[in-house]
Amino acid sequence: MGKIQLQSVTKAFGGVKVIPDLDLDIENGEFVVFVGPSGCGKSTLLRLIAGLEDTTSGTISIDGKDATHLPPAQRRLAMVFQSYALYPHMSVRKNIAFPLKMAGRNKQEIDKRVDNAAKILNLADYIDRRPGQLSGGQRQRVAIGRAIVREPAAFLFDEPLSNLDAALRVGMRLEISELHQRLKTTMIYVTHDQVEAMTMADKIVVLRAGNIEQVGSPLELYTKPRNTFVAGFIGSPKMNLMGGSDAKSHNADMIGVRPEHIDLSQSEGQWKGEVKVSEHLGSDTFLHVQTSDHSEPLTVRAGGEFPVHAGDTVYMTPQQDKIHRFDGKGLALR
Amino acid sequence: MATQNTTKVARAMMAPSVIALLIWMIVPLAMTLYYSTLGYSLYNPISTPFVGLDNYTYFLTDPTFIAALTNTLVLVVGVLIITVGGGILIALLLDQDVYGVNVVRLLVIAPFFVMPTVAALVWKNMMMNPVYGVIGQAMSGLGLAPIDWMTDVPLTSIIIIVAWQWLPFATLILLTSLQSLSADQKEAAEMDGAGALSIFWYITLPHMSRAITVVVLIQTIFLLSIFAEILVTTNGGPGSQSTNITYLVYQQAISFGDIGAASAGGIVAVILANIVAIFLIKAIGKNLDA
Ligand SMILES: Nc1ncnc2c1ncn2[C@@H]1O[C@H](COP(=O)(O)OP(=O)(O)O)[C@@H](O)[C@H]1O
Ligand SMILES: [Mg+2]
Repeated sequence: MGKIQLQSVTKAFGGVKVIPDLDLDIENGEFVVFVGPSGCGKSTLLRLIAGLEDTTSGTISIDGKDATHLPPAQRRLAMVFQSYALYPHMSVRKNIAFPLKMAGRNKQEIDKRVDNAAKILNLADYIDRRPGQLSGGQRQRVAIGRAIVREPAAFLFDEPLSNLDAALRVGMRLEISELHQRLKTTMIYVTHDQVEAMTMADKIVVLRAGNIEQVGSPLELYTKPRNTFVAGFIGSPKMNLMGGSDAKSHNADMIGVRPEHIDLSQSEGQWKGEVKVSEHLGSDTFLHVQTSDHSEPLTVRAGGEFPVHAGDTVYMTPQQDKIHRFDGKGLALR
Repeated sequence: MATQNTTKVARAMMAPSVIALLIWMIVPLAMTLYYSTLGYSLYNPISTPFVGLDNYTYFLTDPTFIAALTNTLVLVVGVLIITVGGGILIALLLDQDVYGVNVVRLLVIAPFFVMPTVAALVWKNMMMNPVYGVIGQAMSGLGLAPIDWMTDVPLTSIIIIVAWQWLPFATLILLTSLQSLSADQKEAAEMDGAGALSIFWYITLPHMSRAITVVVLIQTIFLLSIFAEILVTTNGGPGSQSTNITYLVYQQAISFGDIGAASAGGIVAVILANIVAIFLIKAIGKNLDA
């Protein structure tokens, strides 16, 4: 079980309110991702749930029981730190066994569980090494191993992949997703990378300055962003946002069109512009186009190869049913 | 890391300082060795006959030698236990985030800046004097019989004085080490269900092992040759109760005027220091490997 509820939780450091007032329900077995720009309070929120920080007010309950004032060890949550926080003077085996040893389990059971975790995470070959002798990805796996042997109610991950190189990151992302499929335990995952959020989450929580901007499945956030912040944050490359006459003609203060929802042509279209930069990836072509109507260049994506280069003129037409409309406060109009 | 070529160049560049250092060490050592084979008395310096190993036999069979050897080791071990143990405790306190901790840190460091002779005299006359001393006054105030420290427990008194001087050094090194322990590790251990004592035992102490090793090694070198504190407080007495090897060598040379025996004693002290060093490196040297 791992149902976590936050009710009117606030957190202030000194006089600075980092989390103003927040309600959130996390269902058992869900993979929830907290995403938001750096410094928006993601780690703080995770640490509040873990019990490493005290709430200023509000309640946190785990499996229906009030856990607001429980010490971390009694919340049955396991955390994987960004720095991995492995114990450097202990072997991999001892690292993974540590929580079991603290729980006073007997040696046979500890050995069995550690071996099992090592097998799941492909750590068997390094089991007697020290963390200092492992690569970043291996250390990450040890940290995860240390978390899974406890069979916690929920896993908490704080930007676990940000110290890995790009290729390893993709691999570990898959491994963590597979682990979730296999264990079906609640996971709360913090990242500033919307790609990680979109690919891994059952439910994404978008945060800005300690406020929840929107909660929903990845596709909900993509298709129905609640405001311009979410619209700009989710999706890569970013949604094109524009005001002025374009917005007026749609009865809005601001409209947004994703790069992949703009049709390109070399002969005709709604907007005419000059290509500033063209990125040819083979599978896709990304163009940054400066028009006379917009102050910012528009980003446009064409599937496959689109044969234009910097300095060429292109015409663009937004797909009418894919246009997002926003009011003066940035809230979506539906 | 280095190529053969750079290794060669490095050796050549280092040679002058290595040679200077060798001369610096070898010459006094050779002279001590030479004197230790002579029958050289300050009362009759005209005749200095070669006596072979007689000085060594004399020094090593002197009943005071065994006492001095024991006292030396007790002094080193006693001070190490107090400074490392106390240093860890004080470092743990100073690592807390409490108001005024910076001032306290400065105060804790202060004894290190007091010269050994001054420190020992202050302790002897103002702290441990049975009549005027702070400790004696306090004990009398409580209705207890005051202790005559320098007469009744001379070696313990010297251990206390020396430990007081070295506690700041140990604390400082251990505090630095403690402050380099990442908060993440402690938090991870906390989530893993470790209590304060377990965190100290399994996380903090192993983290400090290298610093503790450094403290033990450096202090041992200096503690083997404690001298000033003994000279100004107990003069090695009563009897030889607080005489260590260094003080015994001094007595041979200055009180008894026997340069030969003193030189032999100096060589014995060097050998003893090496035995202790080898023992320590074997026992705890592995902590220094990265
Ligand atoms: N221990 C602390 N003391 C004071 N301010 C803090 C502390 N921890 C975090 N903050 C502040 O809270 C805000 C949110 O931090 P954090 O939760 O780490 O952001 P994120 O993980 O989203 O990057 C930041 O402005 C940060 O400076
Ligand atoms: Mg963070």
